[in-house]
Amino acid sequence: MRIGLLADLHANREAVEACFQALREAACDRYVFLGDLVGYGADPAWVVDFVRAQVDAGATAVLGNHDDAAVAATAGGAMNARAEAAIAWTSTQLDAGQHAFLQALPLSVSEEDRLYVHANAWAPAAWGYVGNALAAARSMAATPARLTFCGHVHEPALYHALDASAHHFAPKPGVSIPLPHTRRWLAIPGSCGQPRDHDPAAACAWFDCRSRALTFLRVPYDHERAAAKIRAAGLPEAFASRLASGT
Amino acid sequence: MPIDLRPGLDIGGYTLVEPLHAGGMATLWRVSHPQQAFPLLAKLPNIGYGEGVSRIVSFEVERMLMPSLSGPHVPRFVASGETGDQPWLVMERVSGETLQPLLEQTPLAAERVAALGAAAALALDDLHRQHVVHLDIKPGNLLLHVDAQGHERIVLLDFGLSHHAHLPDLLGEQFSEPMGTAPYMAPEQVLGVRNDPRSDQFALGATLYYLATGETPFGAPTSDGGLRRRLYQPPRPPRELQPSMPRWLQEIILRCLEVDPDDRYPTAAQLAFDLQHPEQVVLGERAERIRDDGMLGSAKRWLRGFRLDAEELRARQARDELRPPLIVVAVDLKQGDPALDTALLDVTRRLVETAPNARLACLTVLRVARIGMDTNIDVEGRNRHVKRLIALRHWARPLGLTEQRITFHVLESADIAEAIIDYARNNAIDHIVMGARGITGMRRLLGSVSARVVAEANCTTTVVRAARHEAAADAMDTAGRKEE
Repeated sequence: MRIGLLADLHANREAVEACFQALREAACDRYVFLGDLVGYGADPAWVVDFVRAQVDAGATAVLGNHDDAAVAATAGGAMNARAEAAIAWTSTQLDAGQHAFLQALPLSVSEEDRLYVHANAWAPAAWGYVGNALAAARSMAATPARLTFCGHVHEPALYHALDASAHHFAPKPGVSIPLPHTRRWLAIPGSCGQPRDHDPAAACAWFDCRSRALTFLRVPYDHERAAAKIRAAGLPEAFASRLASGT
Repeated sequence: MPIDLRPGLDIGGYTLVEPLHAGGMATLWRVSHPQQAFPLLAKLPNIGYGEGVSRIVSFEVERMLMPSLSGPHVPRFVASGETGDQPWLVMERVSGETLQPLLEQTPLAAERVAALGAAAALALDDLHRQHVVHLDIKPGNLLLHVDAQGHERIVLLDFGLSHHAHLPDLLGEQFSEPMGTAPYMAPEQVLGVRNDPRSDQFALGATLYYLATGETPFGAPTSDGGLRRRLYQPPRPPRELQPSMPRWLQEIILRCLEVDPDDRYPTAAQLAFDLQHPEQVVLGERAERIRDDGMLGSAKRWLRGFRLDAEELRARQARDELRPPLIVVAVDLKQGDPALDTALLDVTRRLVETAPNARLACLTVLRVARIGMDTNIDVEGRNRHVKRLIALRHWARPLGLTEQRITFHVLESADIAEAIIDYARNNAIDHIVMGARGITGMRRLLGSVSARVVAEANCTTTVVRAARHEAAADAMDTAGRKEE
């Protein structure tokens, strides 16, 4: 089995389509969506429908904080004003069925020795970031799973731990990294729809269960089209312009 | 609880056949598998109680690295896994002996040392091109394999301490103490730097020193202070131990053993090049060194060793992603087009000027009637050879390169393209530059040399055309596109 991993899709149809095609070309036969299907981008309804169709076909999806905010009445305390405005707009774009799908998403899913969660394993609903080795160690200690796949942080990263301390590794796209059983691993594929590491290309990853090798990918996509739609929808200009600079 | 290893035991579909070697770290078994035609070997680390965590991590490293390696200088990776608590790794079993038994026959002749050294340096260059530093080069990890055609090559063994630039460095993150084999370990490795390919050059230099003199250059220290001594105390010049050693070999070995990696060869390919062309080695102070240079010299070196900073060395290496290339310019001295000559010189100059550590080999092929006819034997042949060499030096003079950066080679062959292609392969050349021949009756008869080199050489090839008034933009045609 080869699992395609997409995180932080953020209503960016062009990025999702490009990543999905790249993962299909890498012979993925299963997909996991690591949360934040919506927020920031102009195509929330399309992205939710796409993920729902994948889930119907056997894929796994977990809830992200933006998804949660878009369907919950208690939206947003921790979000900045612009993100909150986008969430309010997003909410109006989704029909009842799409709302219900997001509402029903689980916070985390365990499968064999793998955990899928949007933010972290120690308190998935509190949305704390795994932004450094300390947080990664905390998350890995909170789950019996050998492998954790999460999002929320938009930069691709790989953490590993043999004992109580964890170490950070900045992955190079396209390199197959074997993840031995002997230690715990936490992988963040990076954001598909909202890259923020100064590379506008969409991020995703795939994991081969037989060889236990993880490959991070960067996929160039038509970010100008995605930005034009954000402008046309009347969303904040910064959401459009940051797609070109990857910030 | 470790499982009891015995013949007939099945590990992940591989059957243990017979134990080959029981070492302190791991046991090696010959194994078989119904679907694998080539000979197989399993490595099973000793895991019982009291075994250090470094062994577990070292085996993890080997299991992570080996699937990414390929080519003739590493054993082919087959599979890895765990049976119960016992991890295992199955790879191709390459025939041959390591250089370890040769240590009984030291000192070896300089020519043999150079040949083994060149083979090992080519293997290292191939590994370094795959972004891996071995970090445990020593006679026991260099396997001498002789193929069906009788050609020798070195196959590198044991990647348990290795560093891959694109994979997490499990060892470096877990341990702060230096890891390596004391007699061969590079000074920067003693300081904990793990990402410099030139560390392998140092270890190979120590190996060649041992093979050529019968002694190791730094003894076999066991303490941290003893290990650090190589940061400031130079090895005895090998010619002091082995006076018959040629100066060129001492020059090469002592350059490998320089404390600052920047003072060694920029790449293992450049080291292999010197070992394969001893007559072109520029003899400097290292070649003449006889004994220790007294208090002042050692004080200077102590200071220099003291100033080596692990952080800075690590960062320096991480910055230097571009490999200093070995460039060949193939010159047709018989072609009479000055515009093409100028264009060839221009392109060559641009290439060597953009890479300060690049080396240039100027090459011309003397056509002989058939392969195997040695024109060097008769006086007329020697004269032709020397004339070409003089012409080649004259051709390259406008480049203004120092003698350390340029060499000259007159090859003799019945097949010009083949001679250039073979030369590039045997010397790990990165880039061939050559002129396109004009459209002449000769070319129609013989086919295009450059087209064959472009198609068959295993490196980048640039085919240069003379600038024409009507098509100046087409002056340069790079690899992948044929002439015309």
